[in-house]
Amino acid sequence: MPILPIAFSNLEPFADWALPAEDDRYAKRLASTMDELQTFYDAAFSHLEAATEHLRTVRLDGISEEDKRLLWLFASLVTVSFPVEVWRQPRVPDSGSSSFDAIIEPAI
Amino acid sequence: MPHFTKPDEGSWTEHFKLGTGTVSYDDSISPEFYELERAAIFRKTWLNVGRVEQLAKNGSYFTRELDSAGTSVVIVRDMKGEVRAFHNVCRHRGNKLVWNDYPREETSGTCRQFTCKYHGWRYGLEGDLTFVQQESEFFDLDKSDFGLAPVRVELWEGFIFVNLDANAQPLRDYLGRLAAGIEGYPFHKMTQVHKYRAEVGSNWKLFIDAFMEFYHAPVLHAKQATAEESRKLQGYGYEALYYDIDGPHSMVSSWGGMAPPKDINMVKPIERLLRSGLFGVWDAPDIGVDELPLGLNPARSPAWGEDSFLFFPNFMLLIWKPNWYLTYHYWPTSYNTHIFEGTLYFVPPTNAFERLQQELAAVTFREYGLQDCNTLEATQSMLETRVVDSFPLCDQEIALRHLHATARAYVAEHQGRPAGTPVRITAAS
Repeated sequence: MPILPIAFSNLEPFADWALPAEDDRYAKRLASTMDELQTFYDAAFSHLEAATEHLRTVRLDGISEEDKRLLWLFASLVTVSFPVEVWRQPRVPDSGSSSFDAIIEPAI
Repeated sequence: MPHFTKPDEGSWTEHFKLGTGTVSYDDSISPEFYELERAAIFRKTWLNVGRVEQLAKNGSYFTRELDSAGTSVVIVRDMKGEVRAFHNVCRHRGNKLVWNDYPREETSGTCRQFTCKYHGWRYGLEGDLTFVQQESEFFDLDKSDFGLAPVRVELWEGFIFVNLDANAQPLRDYLGRLAAGIEGYPFHKMTQVHKYRAEVGSNWKLFIDAFMEFYHAPVLHAKQATAEESRKLQGYGYEALYYDIDGPHSMVSSWGGMAPPKDINMVKPIERLLRSGLFGVWDAPDIGVDELPLGLNPARSPAWGEDSFLFFPNFMLLIWKPNWYLTYHYWPTSYNTHIFEGTLYFVPPTNAFERLQQELAAVTFREYGLQDCNTLEATQSMLETRVVDSFPLCDQEIALRHLHATARAYVAEHQGRPAGTPVRITAAS
């Protein structure tokens, strides 16, 4: 049973990034090495480029389970883009013990 | 030479007659001053506790823990649709009336009446005591004498405010000219909410300081732009388009240019792909407004990007050119700690791509916020050493100067002293 829409089967190895909660996506980022983040980023980024048109046709009302997971996975890409594109490390630099929790987020 | 026009006096600070001397942060490092602020400010002014969308139907309620004002309140839409607020305390023996699992955590829900967990006393949503367990055991108990203690609550543009001072002026008068200038903005269309919360190791005013000036942005947040763009921004520095002050409130109007950026190479790859970033989603949704209220972009600048309003004491409202808004709340928990809440409001997305665009704007806000939070803890710890006790503020920091002066003036008035005289508190030894 595929986790993601058929057209995105190449991303199946990264299905563990399809997490519904923002804080869980953030925690997975912090628990990953830069190599792991880069590998996921490279794979997901190229697919997002190709998926833009598809995503514009996906309505959020009645979204399929496969599309829902795809959207969660791309939301993880958004989270991971900061360490990969900006920080060069999983954490925000100089953020010490500070935390910034997502307490309300729109469900997908 | 300034990039943008300043008032005839040569600076915003002189224009608003705030004085140009160095500033003390005594007001941010003292438990005694904080106790005075609780009495003089947080128990006297209008505090924004939420939005009407949180009370979607009759019977919807939520609680707010107002440590700084020394109470917990429950805000409810009663069965006639009216918004009411009460101290969250049972009239029988003082138990907290509405809570779940953890008495000090906030909660929300829908109900037809409030029932105390302790002895089962029940209250209607208009605050009236409707049921007393074993009522005949009491002595001449008249239920009409034991309704919930009301808290003043008033609405402005869908924002719910409470005030613990029965003699306070009406909300709209208190909010004044700056609020009047943005009435009519379609806040009610922006109902897609992302909310963040952080426990911050600094005085509440210090975080407002960080968000009421953008002088820090090209430096502290340098890495969030591409290297070349970051160098350019630091060379350029920061100047606001316009500042305004009305009573205890202030605003800063800022240029934009990043949603969308003039040059696509200024921004990071994910922003190019999703057409979104800190300034919001580049493709602004239709909000059915031909012309913005006159209080927005007061300089009428074509470069306008965002306006930040500080409604004293602790409510900030940021309205962005691409049709979304952001609120900040700073809830003191002690003289050197507070809870920060940042809430983003978007027009609900119609498809999965728009949802991702909004996700990027929200997550970018989170990354910046984390940088800001920790810097504040570093500031607080060194202010508390009192090694240095006077600090120069520049013209782009006018809103900070005004905020601290306002807090001191409220405390002075509370103590019955003329504004501007030194506060009598004992310095930590």
